[in-house]
Amino acid sequence: MGPLFYLREIMQEIETLESELLSEISNAKDLNALEAVRISSLGKKGRLSLMMRGLGKMAPEERQTVAPKLNLMKQVVTDAIENAKHALNTAALEAKLTAERLDVTLPVRPEQEGRIHPISQVMDEITEIFADMGFTIAEGPDIEDDFHNFTALNIPEEHPARQMHDTFYLPEKADGSRQVLRTHTSPVQIRTMLNSEPPHRIIAPGRTFRCDSDQTHTPMFNQIEGLVIDKTSHMGHLKGVLKEFCRAFFEVDDVEMRFRPSYFPFTEPSAEMDIRCTFAGDHIKIGEGDDWMEILGCGMINPRVLAHCGLDPNEYQGFAWGMGIDRIAMLKYGIPDLRAFFDSDLRWLKHYGFVPMNIPTLGGGLSR
Amino acid sequence: MKFTVSWLREHLTFDASLEELSEKLTAIGLEVEEITDRAKELEAFRVCYVIKAEQHPDADRLRVCQIDTGNEVVQVVCGAPNARAGMKGVFAPSGVYVPGTDLLLKPTKIRGVESNGMLVSEREMGVSEDHDGIIEMPEDTEIGLQYAPLAGLDDPVIEIAITPNHQDALGVYGIARDLAASGLGVLKPLNTAAIAGTYDSDIKVELKFATDSAPVCSKFLGRYVRGIKNGLSPKWMQDRLTSIGLRPISALVDITNFVTFDLGRPLHVFDADKVTGNIQPRMAKDGEKLLALDGEEYTLSTSDCVIADDAGAQGIGGIMGGELSGCTEETTNVFIEAALFDPIAVATSGRKLGIESDARYRFERGVDPAFIESGMEIATRLVMELCGGEPSHVVSDGVGPEWQKSVDLRKTRVKALGGIDVTVDEMMTTLDRLGFAPKDNGDVISTEVPSWRMDVDGEADLVEEVMRMHGYDSIEAIPLPRLTTVALPSVDLGQRRVRMSKRLLAGRGMIEAVTFSFLSRAQADLFGGVSDEIVLSNPISADLDAMRPSLLPNLIAAAGRNQARGFSDINLFEVGGEYHSDQPDGQLTVVAGIRTGSTGERHWTGAGRTYDIFDAKADVLALLAEVGGPAASAQVVTGAPEWYHPGRSGVIQLGPKNRLAVFGELHPAVLDAMKVKGPVVGFELYLDNIPMPRGKRKTAKDPLSVSDYQAVERDFAFVMDADVSVDKVLRAAKGADKKLISDAKIFDIYEGDTVGEGKKSVALSVRLEPKDRTLTDDEIEAVSAKVIQNVEKTSGGILRR
Repeated sequence: MGPLFYLREIMQEIETLESELLSEISNAKDLNALEAVRISSLGKKGRLSLMMRGLGKMAPEERQTVAPKLNLMKQVVTDAIENAKHALNTAALEAKLTAERLDVTLPVRPEQEGRIHPISQVMDEITEIFADMGFTIAEGPDIEDDFHNFTALNIPEEHPARQMHDTFYLPEKADGSRQVLRTHTSPVQIRTMLNSEPPHRIIAPGRTFRCDSDQTHTPMFNQIEGLVIDKTSHMGHLKGVLKEFCRAFFEVDDVEMRFRPSYFPFTEPSAEMDIRCTFAGDHIKIGEGDDWMEILGCGMINPRVLAHCGLDPNEYQGFAWGMGIDRIAMLKYGIPDLRAFFDSDLRWLKHYGFVPMNIPTLGGGLSR
Repeated sequence: MKFTVSWLREHLTFDASLEELSEKLTAIGLEVEEITDRAKELEAFRVCYVIKAEQHPDADRLRVCQIDTGNEVVQVVCGAPNARAGMKGVFAPSGVYVPGTDLLLKPTKIRGVESNGMLVSEREMGVSEDHDGIIEMPEDTEIGLQYAPLAGLDDPVIEIAITPNHQDALGVYGIARDLAASGLGVLKPLNTAAIAGTYDSDIKVELKFATDSAPVCSKFLGRYVRGIKNGLSPKWMQDRLTSIGLRPISALVDITNFVTFDLGRPLHVFDADKVTGNIQPRMAKDGEKLLALDGEEYTLSTSDCVIADDAGAQGIGGIMGGELSGCTEETTNVFIEAALFDPIAVATSGRKLGIESDARYRFERGVDPAFIESGMEIATRLVMELCGGEPSHVVSDGVGPEWQKSVDLRKTRVKALGGIDVTVDEMMTTLDRLGFAPKDNGDVISTEVPSWRMDVDGEADLVEEVMRMHGYDSIEAIPLPRLTTVALPSVDLGQRRVRMSKRLLAGRGMIEAVTFSFLSRAQADLFGGVSDEIVLSNPISADLDAMRPSLLPNLIAAAGRNQARGFSDINLFEVGGEYHSDQPDGQLTVVAGIRTGSTGERHWTGAGRTYDIFDAKADVLALLAEVGGPAASAQVVTGAPEWYHPGRSGVIQLGPKNRLAVFGELHPAVLDAMKVKGPVVGFELYLDNIPMPRGKRKTAKDPLSVSDYQAVERDFAFVMDADVSVDKVLRAAKGADKKLISDAKIFDIYEGDTVGEGKKSVALSVRLEPKDRTLTDDEIEAVSAKVIQNVEKTSGGILRR
């Protein structure tokens, strides 16, 4: 056998191997098969590697011919493997994505939806409005003594007004006194005037209690009280504050309102305030219309109340008003039944409650 | 207080329309609650002529009538026995509502014969009980006229709300007086001329009260009228009484009711022949019994005033007369009482005895002390007019209370308090019309308060008098000037924490409830109980008698109600007071919440997770952090109150004295007692116990400090006694090197055979975060060794190798 023949044979062998490997590569069905081809060709003991190693035993002139051929082939095979790998990866990813297809119309996982009670929401709304007018919130205890709930407010024992109050009493003490559940938020006025120096501008929201229960009364309800004490504020300012409140709270440009003379032991002169409204079916439109709706009681602080709180009625004066938070919540949000406020029926709470991020602000709008 | 327009006209001459009258009443503080105008309701009921009335072909008792309504001739089937041709009756056409039968008339066929409308009886019109036949009108009545005016029903009834300061308006005359002062109409004078008695009364009067205090009955006038005849009162009086909802009884009784409502002057009439000896108003004896006019027997006590004779109590003073000495149709001699009683005593007795009467209503508000004599004369005149008879001289005892008061009004006060400009002239005129006899005294107007205005006793009252007559409408709304230019928050931190708590919990999927502050004492007992001092004396119902010592029972009960409605996953919270004494500091502001059921209903991804105590703990820690409490540094220990599961509950505290919160699974026995399905987990956070930030408030946050050097995590597992709290382990691990160790986390707890009986394996991961350089292996080893040493020492456990 001559060297030329030998060389031709080697070259033939290389070409055969190349076509075999390329064929194996293209036949490789998956990455594992492809890796097997890579090892059997380019691995340490791979066929191509063995041939490469054989170069060392060759004569230089042979090597000059064979080496480029082999290197070229190694390049071709390496590229082929890379390409095949890429193609297999792409195909595998596509297959995976296809297999991972989901029905996007399936419902999401259940989440518990929280709610804020309408009373809290409306209290926040009211606070926002009066904060803007420079009022701060004052609070007092639910269990009051006779002085703060009645006497200081010019409601002496046996005054007919005490009967209007349907007071809840706690047991009589040894000294004959009895604590009461406060029948209104007005005792907070007294606490404010007794505990700090005028001028006062407060609102006092909170629970109030009367021994009364029917369609429109619950033994517990929520009131908000307002108090202004200084040296000059009069009924015109009272009307101004309440007008501003009504406009902001009911979110209407104007509210036609009327003051009617009325009677409260702790104010003199006293008034009740009506606002215009229309009843359209089950809905009430506030601010205009043919009907009047009574929404609050108010008046100038009775000089006797000022005196009870250590203020000289000839120096200080001011006004107060009080209204039902539950009631104006019902009006604004069209809630029909007061009793349901306190029943904790999840269906009611979810329907009439407010989502937590619906925080009332004057800038962002009180209600959505 | 009800009255009719024609009744008002007896005392007031006026031209105003019904609408103007109504507006004026409301404007002066006599708020109109309702106006019932029968003429308007009955507008469609008109006089008709019956042209023909023939026998119904198929019914013996029915007649087929042809009716001339004035506009047309219609056919009506009528069953009344008096329906006949040629009569005039009252016709209601189809489409009209018939008040007495509560029916809307429709064209119909009665036994096959067409009928369009109705010939009506008085009962069908709702004007009386008369149903003997259809109404017959006089033959000369014009066809087509409205029935109501012809029958005197065109007299609108006005109902006004009387505030406690307007006892003067508890009679029609007083209302007229107030309207006249406002400028609507002119008041007519009353005829109060004295009637001369012709003999001395057989019955004398003697007040018998202790002299050391003001007598409950301060004045008593009596008059004997003999030879009277007590029949029915005349139609005009019956109509007046009926129109305001009173039932006419007999002339004498009707007179007392009429004078009560006409003049606000309650009276009583005794059958003089049933009175034994003399009249002696006195305090009742303990246990003294009286059969009152309402048919009830009352047991009296020494705080009740009675009008007695020699035989015993004959009436409860100022409240109600007695049955035994009351007037009947047989009464021929009457003794009229006009007396004055102390408002407080009447109110107290009336409330205690549970008697509501028109007399009590007036006496407890105050009856004009200067109108007793006039009242007696007017009553005598009415008795004589209606029943005849011969009057005696008036007998009396007592002088009545001191009622004269002088009050000054500074001329500037109407403007200063009321914010309106009223001229001095107008103030003078108004006060004069109201009976205050004003005098202009330089800077002030001096007044004498009239006897019928006992509520007026200060300058502010006079301001109100002037203002209500001038009109509250003229008060102009003025913006309140700002006190300060600095925008201060209107809520303090405590109030802010309440608001934050609500929003946070709602954000965590909980629903806010507002429940009553009271509950049943039995339920309160399940939650620590309440002392007697906070159990209501007069609860609205037996199951709402105790102030709540915790917010949880109401929330749990609410969960129970919702379970009954078919809900199983329930997340409720409330922020409010719980009560431990009757003093202000016995009320604590608490945030409480409960969760029961699971995180979600059955779902295609799998069922929700059942809530456990770590949900409650997560809620309460999140809350604590949100409101700025020491969530990280507070200790979690056992020892929650008895309404929690003893092994599944905890306390979050700042030292042993400051309990910030409790949480856990509710005790199964408590849930059983409340009939609520468990498990229920819950928490209570005591907002008042969370410390307020110390030092000056600052808005700048602490600077951000992060490390760019590689953090390292090392895992450890220790075997220790099962009852060692994991909190201790974590604290020990973190304490190994406070600078380097930024966090330690539990990632596995295991109890089982391989660790031995009563033991557990706790696996934790400790994170080392160097601030200034990368840690070397040796340094890491050193810290690890310290961690192991600390944990082993604190927990008594050993490292698992």
